[in-house]
Order: sequence, then structure tokens, then C-alpha cells
Amino acid sequence: MADTDIGLVGLALSGILVGLALVLSLVRRLGIAREMIVAAARALVQLLIVGVALGLVVEDDSPLIWTWLWLVAMVVFASWTVGQRAREVPQARCLAFISFTAAAVVTLGVLFGLGVFEPTGQAMVPLGGMMVGNAMTGTVVASRRIVAEARDKRDLIEARLALGLPSNEAFAPHLREALRTALVPQIESTKAVGIVFLPGAMTGLILAGVDPAEAVRIQIAVMYLVLGSVATTTSVMALGLTRAMFTADHRLRWLPLVEN
Amino acid sequence: MMTEKGFELRGVSVGESNQRRLDDVSVDIPASGITVLAGPSGAGKSTLLRLLNRLDVADQGSVRWQGSLLDDLDVLAHRRQVGMVFQKPTAVPGTVADNLRLAAPAMDDDAVVALLATVALDAGFLNRNALELSGGERQRVCLARTLATNPVVVLADEPTASLDPDATAIIEASVQHLADPNGPHRVGWVWVSHDAEQTERLASRVIALDGGRIVRPELDG
Repeated sequence: MADTDIGLVGLALSGILVGLALVLSLVRRLGIAREMIVAAARALVQLLIVGVALGLVVEDDSPLIWTWLWLVAMVVFASWTVGQRAREVPQARCLAFISFTAAAVVTLGVLFGLGVFEPTGQAMVPLGGMMVGNAMTGTVVASRRIVAEARDKRDLIEARLALGLPSNEAFAPHLREALRTALVPQIESTKAVGIVFLPGAMTGLILAGVDPAEAVRIQIAVMYLVLGSVATTTSVMALGLTRAMFTADHRLRWLPLVEN
Repeated sequence: MMTEKGFELRGVSVGESNQRRLDDVSVDIPASGITVLAGPSGAGKSTLLRLLNRLDVADQGSVRWQGSLLDDLDVLAHRRQVGMVFQKPTAVPGTVADNLRLAAPAMDDDAVVALLATVALDAGFLNRNALELSGGERQRVCLARTLATNPVVVLADEPTASLDPDATAIIEASVQHLADPNGPHRVGWVWVSHDAEQTERLASRVIALDGGRIVRPELDG
């Protein structure tokens, strides 16, 4: 296996690229140099801390409870982030937590329950991270789209309700539209994998010296994990949001406009 | 079937105490004829109408339909008895027939054509794209769709407000025919309007509102 440890010197040298971006920003007077430095510094500190913590979790003799705690922490943090990024969505944090938990049970259950991967910290933490990270983006987009659809198409939804249709039927065409809008970019990017870009997991594995064929197999499993988790989270979120936006007696609640 | 006993509102208020959209309203609204809810913009007419179809609920007071509290009724069945037409035409994507079958999925083409005739639309409209019709035609399709549930009363929230005089006249003639107590349909109407001339033309009764309160209850027209 090739030596892939870049060392502290290598890390420092890679920082030249941040310097290059800074110079370009200053020459072009983009006014984003400060943000760029903050972003690069934050990424460095956060990842160094995560690296140390991950080292403890994924060690061979480390108890699996740390892995589970790590996964729970990721789900909690991702749910909180959804609440921050989708303030207009009713009960966003709670629904996101339920959605991520459901997705974790389904997707990790399939991958580890069926023995696709060994249930070790080394596999569960990164795969859980891929699952939650991608599901978080999908959930924010889908839930914001669902609420916008309910607000913008209120007249059509209430027209259906006024005909005696139950709320789930009255909202169904709009829910479909919202989910389609939210999921199409995800499906498009899945289609472009390998042609337009090489995904991160595969790139990392190849850099780490893993046989490309093996890296591809793992990447495909990861992609299916992502697709499954996004589909599960958005479906659970859609179900929960429909219940949150309508009353038990089939009225559409008033959804206030909230600045994000 | 014509039923005289309609809505009874008692002490109905909607909104925060310092911003009432309806304030302690008590009134009876019959289930036959054309009752016009008149008043300026912001008087509470649409708010009152939405309570009757249970798209909104009162913060205080009670609303009864044919003697029963709305809270005790199956809301979906109630909405089919008490239809609603909105100010903006709410045709959904699809043909005119698709729109009518949204309300009554089992309706055959003959029944659709018969229903379209009650709003002065001929059989040629059956398979037309509902979203490509004029505003007046679309509103008539919405009216026919509401009638497809065979309602006792139709609640109409200024359905001609955005239409030209010709389209308005066609809809008014249809409504008067449908409401005729000696005619075949005998559908009751609760019609919101801020147009005094339209109120004069249509109303068998007028309930005037202003600032969320009744200012002129149930004058016979």
C-alpha cells in the first residue's frame, strides 16, 4: 500500500492553495478574504478535533457504545441544524430527528444487518456520517419546498378541502411536486457519478491505496446508502409535516413567513 | 332538497381580543334563497364564510348547522353538504371533466354535461384544458364542481369580483336559476359581496357587517 500520510509539512504545503484563493480574492476585490480565512481555519480545527475523537471511537479495542453515541450525536446535531436552516418549517427539529432516526434504522440496518459491512466503529461512523450529512441537505430542501408549496398553493388546497377531500388527498399533488423538486437534483447528481465527478469516498479510498475495483464497490454501496437515506428521511419528513400543517379536522393551518 | 333551517351563530368571535376579525356575532343564516353578506373590505365577511365550511374555527362562541354543532359533525361530510366557491377560480390541472370528477369521481360524461349546463357551459367544454379557459369560464367550472357534491348550500366568496360584467351576468343568472325555490335545484346561497348593485340584484336577504360586527341583520330583500 502506498504511503499516504501527508504529514504536518504536507498539510502546511496544501495551505498554499488557500493562499492562492486568498490572493485571487484580493486581486479581484471580492471582499470575501476574511470569510475564506475563517472557513479554512474552522475546517482545520474542526477536523483535527474530529480526527482525534474518531481515533478513540474507531480503535479496534474501543467499545461499540462510543460508536453508537457518536451516531446519536450526529443525528441530534443534524436535527438541530435542520431547525436552524428551515425556521419556517413547523416542528422541524423534532420531525428531522424522527426522520434521521428512521433513515439510520433502515439504511444502517440493511448494510450492517445483512453483513454488507462489519459492524465496527471504523465502518459505522463514516457510513453514518455519509447517511446523515446527505439526508440533512435533502431534508432541508424538501421540507422548505413542502411548506412553500402549502403556503403558495393555499387556494387550491382549500378548494380540494372544501369539496370534502381529506387533508392528505387535498395536499397529495402539491406534496408530490415539492418532493420531486427536492429530489431531482439528488437523482441527477447520482446519474453523473463517475462521468462528471469522482465521489469523495472513492477518491479517499484510492488515495489511501485501496484497489480501485474495491473502492468502486464500496462507493456504490455508499451511494445506495445515500439514496436510501434521502428517500427515507424526505418521506418521513413529508408524512410528519403533512400532519403538522393540517389539523385533525382537515384544516390547513396558517403558516407564517419566517426569515431564515 | 330544500331545508329552511340553516346556520345559527351565537357569540362568535375570531382573532385576538385586540384584533377581532369577527366580534361577538350572533345571527341566523337560512339554507335557502340567496343571503348576501355585505360590507366593506375587512368587515369580516370572508372570515364568517370560512367558519361555515369549517375551513376556520371560531375562537369563541358556537356555530350550528341544521341544529347540530359543527364540532359534532363529520367535517368531510359537512363540506360536501355546504360547498364553497372562492374569489379566485381554483381549477386544478386537467380537463373540465377531471375537475368535476375531483368532487364526484364516479360521475359519467352525461352527468358532467348536465352539470355544466346548469352553469351555461356546453358539452364542448368537457375535454377542454381547464387552465386554458377564460377567468369567467374557469369560475363556472369551479361552480359546477362544487355543485357536483349535491350541496344544500353553496358559500360563495365574491366569485365574480375579478370577472368582467358579461361573465358576472352569466354567473348571476345561473345562481338565480339554481336558487329558485320553485325550480328543480333549490340550492341555497350565502354570497359575499361588497358590490351594492350586485347585492340589490341577487339578495333575498342581506346581512351587513362592518368591523367584524353585524350592523344590519337579516333584512328581507
